Amino acid sequence: MTTATPHARRTRTIELFVFWTFRLATYFVLACASYIFLDIGIKGARTVFTSTPPFVNVAFLSEPPQTLYVFEHEGKKMTLSDREFREWKATNGEPAVAASSVAYSAGGIWPCIVGTALLVLGSMALALGIGISSAIYLSEYSRNGRLIRLVRIAILNLAGVPSIVFGLFGFGLFVIFFGWNVSLLAGWFTLGLMILPAIITASEESLRAVPQGLREGSLALGATKWQTIRKNVLPYALPGILTSSILGIARVAGETAPIMFTAAYAMRDEMPWQVSRWTDFVFQGVMALPYHIYVVSSKIPQNEYTERVQYGAAFVFLAVVMLITLTSIVLRERSRNRLSW
Amino acid sequence: MVKLMEMPQIVSMPARGSAPAPDAAPAENTIEIDKVDFAYGTNKVLHGIDLQVPARAVTAFIGPSGCGKTTLLRCLNRMNDLVDGAKLTAGSIRIQGVDINAPGLDVVDLRRRVGMVFQKSNPFPKSIYDNIAYGLRIAGITRRARIDEAVEKSLRSAALWDEVKDRLHVSGYGLSGGQQQRLCIARALAVEPEIILMDEPCSALDPIATAKVEELIRQLKANYTIVIVTHNMQQAGRVSDNTAFFYLGRLIEFSDTRKIFSNPAQRQTEDYITGRFG
Repeated sequence: MTTATPHARRTRTIELFVFWTFRLATYFVLACASYIFLDIGIKGARTVFTSTPPFVNVAFLSEPPQTLYVFEHEGKKMTLSDREFREWKATNGEPAVAASSVAYSAGGIWPCIVGTALLVLGSMALALGIGISSAIYLSEYSRNGRLIRLVRIAILNLAGVPSIVFGLFGFGLFVIFFGWNVSLLAGWFTLGLMILPAIITASEESLRAVPQGLREGSLALGATKWQTIRKNVLPYALPGILTSSILGIARVAGETAPIMFTAAYAMRDEMPWQVSRWTDFVFQGVMALPYHIYVVSSKIPQNEYTERVQYGAAFVFLAVVMLITLTSIVLRERSRNRLSW
Repeated sequence: MVKLMEMPQIVSMPARGSAPAPDAAPAENTIEIDKVDFAYGTNKVLHGIDLQVPARAVTAFIGPSGCGKTTLLRCLNRMNDLVDGAKLTAGSIRIQGVDINAPGLDVVDLRRRVGMVFQKSNPFPKSIYDNIAYGLRIAGITRRARIDEAVEKSLRSAALWDEVKDRLHVSGYGLSGGQQQRLCIARALAVEPEIILMDEPCSALDPIATAKVEELIRQLKANYTIVIVTHNMQQAGRVSDNTAFFYLGRLIEFSDTRKIFSNPAQRQTEDYITGRFG
């Protein structure tokens, strides 16, 4: 090593400093993520899994939430769900000391899973329909004029609007003005509008990735614009559109703010299919996983009995989102291999 | 046709034996380009182009890069419509006597009658069969027998049938570069156009594939009017009956190919052809 000039020494110090700053920042992120995942994973696993076959807590995944009753009986501490407590009372009568009740902390989260699934399906169908259509218009039909630039800026801005604002907007327009009340329909439109910018952007990118030569080749044969798009552009852009949209599903499934005023109930005894007329289906509110997590962790008095459902629901929710993300990665890889130009 | 005779630079001589003289061709089947100015936004790229393309012959557009030959070619089937801000600012283009830029003209029909082969071969990511059938299907032809027949006929015309007849349902992407370009030619032939525009069809091909495509062009001119843009002057000399030389957006000279290459009227043409610039 030759003697370094002061300048070389300084640059080397800076180099080292920058390297460690970046490295520590990365480690910090990793540490936070690990803590969150491990905390939810370990505590949630206690709720979701059992030590005896079938190893999965079927009741937690397949029953509606119930109130938990805690009381002492002949020196033994009893923790019974609503239903179990009533059966117990039938044989033993009222407990000597009045039982304390903990809301939602017994039973499971089945209606929340169903509700979230319904919300995701409807809002994604809506967002994909409108989003792909407008992406096709923007990238295939429209000329790049001032109006279109304005539309693009509006779409970008829409992506930056906080979800609570979408929630209030949906509440004002769909719930009150249209009179849909708290309903699936209002939730679908609110969530759909929220995810729309992401869908449009992803769709436009996928459409642009289709080589211009395919469009020209088709048009030169006397195809109309729509024939060209339908037969020679959309089929090749669709895998990309769908895989990026799957990531949108994770966002729709996870948002609480947009649905808390528009679609979600804290508690509902009937399942969504228990409606008197099928036309009522879209006008009913549902329970939803993220909103349920919000309710059980901030809307009821906290004690040692509430943690079970909080972490269990968070665990199930994380698992669902991970599954969706994984599906999107697999789909993307497969479609990438299938098409190449 | 009166106009054609008046133009000094046009020599109406029978070219290359078999091709009929331009003025002997049926008048309705020529392309008449009349004082055309063309611009991309404010950037004017063609200046007062006057040119009559004779029927059932091969006309080559040559010139250095950026001279406007491809732009002019893409005007002939209005492919430039796809480019934002591209516009014919003066003059007119008539095909079979019809102004192709007239408002209300059916562009879809125009493009069916004026086929195009692109510089970069662009088969669709479909089977060879479906590539050819595409043009027929979008035209509303659904009868299987009719499509089968057209596929075979156009593949034969493009001298590709023997090479692919056993794998018609394999992706067109599996073909070699030269075969892909001939597939694109076959695809263009399948819809039975009257005119075929070729935009440097051999620029990405090796000499053997180029020779095959050139041979094909010579055969096709018996039935089609062909306009070919090429960078390759030897190619223009080999395949074309008439040659137009463009420079900086202007038509410098248009005449019989043999005359252009042996005895050009313009100094610039001679300089370009002898390789002194371009």
